[in-house]
Amino acid sequence: MKYKKLVIDNPQDLLFGLAPKPVKTPRGLEIGGGQVYSELNFTLPTMSINENTIKEVNRHYAEIAEGALQRALDLESKGVVLEFETLLEMTKTPQIGIDIVKIMNDICEKYYQKHGLACEIRLTPNDLREFERPALQRTSKLLEPMFELFDKGSLAGGDLLSIESTGGKEVSDSALMMCDIKGMFFAMIVLGVRDMQFIWKKIVEVAEKNGKIAGGDSACGFANTAMVLAEKKFIPRVFATMVRVISVVRSIVAVEEGAIGPEKDCGYEGPFLKAITGIPISMEGKTAACAHLSPIGNIASACTDLWSNESVQNIKLLSGMAPTAYMEQLEYDVRLMNVALREGKASASLLKRLLEQSDIYTDPQALVLSTENVIRISKKLIQGDTYIENAKNGALEALDIIEEALASGQMKLPEMETAYLPLLRADIESIPANESEFVEMMLPVLDQSHFILSEYGL
Amino acid sequence: MSDLLLKLAEAVEFGKVDKNAPYPPQLKGQDGASELTQQALEEGALPSAILQDALIPAMDKVGQKFSENKIFVPQMLLAAKAMGAAMFHLKPFFQSGDIKSKGTFIMGTVKGDLHDIGKNLVTMMIEGSGWTVIDLGVDVPSTKFIETIKANPGAVVGMSALLTTTMTSMQDIVADVRKEFPDIKIIIGGAPITHDFCKQIHADFYSPDPQGAVKYLKELAA
Repeated sequence: MKYKKLVIDNPQDLLFGLAPKPVKTPRGLEIGGGQVYSELNFTLPTMSINENTIKEVNRHYAEIAEGALQRALDLESKGVVLEFETLLEMTKTPQIGIDIVKIMNDICEKYYQKHGLACEIRLTPNDLREFERPALQRTSKLLEPMFELFDKGSLAGGDLLSIESTGGKEVSDSALMMCDIKGMFFAMIVLGVRDMQFIWKKIVEVAEKNGKIAGGDSACGFANTAMVLAEKKFIPRVFATMVRVISVVRSIVAVEEGAIGPEKDCGYEGPFLKAITGIPISMEGKTAACAHLSPIGNIASACTDLWSNESVQNIKLLSGMAPTAYMEQLEYDVRLMNVALREGKASASLLKRLLEQSDIYTDPQALVLSTENVIRISKKLIQGDTYIENAKNGALEALDIIEEALASGQMKLPEMETAYLPLLRADIESIPANESEFVEMMLPVLDQSHFILSEYGL
Repeated sequence: MSDLLLKLAEAVEFGKVDKNAPYPPQLKGQDGASELTQQALEEGALPSAILQDALIPAMDKVGQKFSENKIFVPQMLLAAKAMGAAMFHLKPFFQSGDIKSKGTFIMGTVKGDLHDIGKNLVTMMIEGSGWTVIDLGVDVPSTKFIETIKANPGAVVGMSALLTTTMTSMQDIVADVRKEFPDIKIIIGGAPITHDFCKQIHADFYSPDPQGAVKYLKELAA
């Protein structure tokens, strides 16, 4: 990892709405520049996307943007990001995605010109490469439609570019189910890091060519999958916590390659990225329960710069369409944070403390997200000469933090959870810091029919 | 049940695949499901008794513990692996007809959808309950389901979808399968799926979790 020093090394300075390297957008947002904005994410109701339904698909997106921005305006919002996370068909056939960006961009422009509402679109195409198994990460033809959408979609108004890239997922899906932390290291810190270097070079090139903003990636398919599986009690929470911490080393590669934030909402590794690099981040918590449950509803917002709902279908609720209702919920959440920021450091710190303390000891995944622990773990994450060493150091520090919280009696976990702690420690300690040695160690125990090493430059 | 079968059931329940397997620590160095099955066969135990008295009850216990949140998926997967190690020795008796599978279960994530974790859990638990499972993978079109059903008459079909947009794909596949096999039993599941949707698309059963699917199949086989 190229970072050797934290940009934020004092937990008190790791605060919502304030990032050392704020991002200014063309239509007036300054993300991380002193206030928190809503980031609304949405999807279609149950329906097919094909030539017969495309008019209806477009109508839904127009309705979503119009309804959400009108509500934001009515609530005197200071600014909004609309995240257009495409559905598969919209990346496979990029013109569908490009047209939807245009439709929503026209609506954003109208609200900006007519009412002065600062609003931008974050465009997040799908990583289509996971359609091929084993995946052709570097040579797949599916990269063409993905990058056509990045390119033309950004020109159509997708000013912030992001992706949830999937390099290493071929290995992580089974490693997650077996709680195989070494497998997760291989998936994320060997394959994932290498793929992030490949894909983010290309995304940053597009952003620079078109004068757009390379936002960030999210380890959604890895660490959020772990969190959701833990929430269903399929895997231990302590394991999901380890996956989250090591995901930092994977996701930070986007920044190393030139992404400037905001980091993506479903990347709960965001606080670590903010501490290490200073970029603004997006997070989601209690207001994302429409999409998935989580044990970090309040603490997730402690140092966020955008506050997201993850995803909601465009369906009718009693109050109105669901995205409009979620726009309102997000706006009230950010209004509270912004009032605290305006009142000064004491109020903002108090609100942050309450957000943290309400969750911190209820789950190890919340524990590692307290700003104090984020700084503590981040200091270890930047120690080491290889990505593997960075991830090992961070994970071991997180294990120490969990064990300290258990020993002090502040956090309680059932025996079936704590039984994993020594196993995880032993496994993590056994991982060699050198990538070649680690690859050599892992290849005999992995099903090599699932991935192609040369597609990762190995 | 003989001591040997009791030991075999214990090996499967706790995921002891074979003697060399390091897991579980309390059974380190002891024979696992593989060796114990071999021994049982050598001592003249009926293959059907090994299956019915040791393996299936052990997996039932595992399923029960999982339902009660007493174990995590890895323990269940290890138990399934141990069951697989035992089944390896019983395979010739299936082929000769000495023991019978409860039936064939064909499972796939529907076209357009790549999510496989939930599907894998379901297939593993159903296999552990004595069914022969054919896993078609992800992004499976109607044609693949139909072709596999044709090759396995009497099979039960399972479909999974995790996206709201692939629910329509599920609906189309159920309709296509029904057209060819009006009486076939179809189980569906996945995050956005509901009982109402199940009724609407004329599937037979919706389960929100793998255990529900196992229970339904048990009733079907009874």
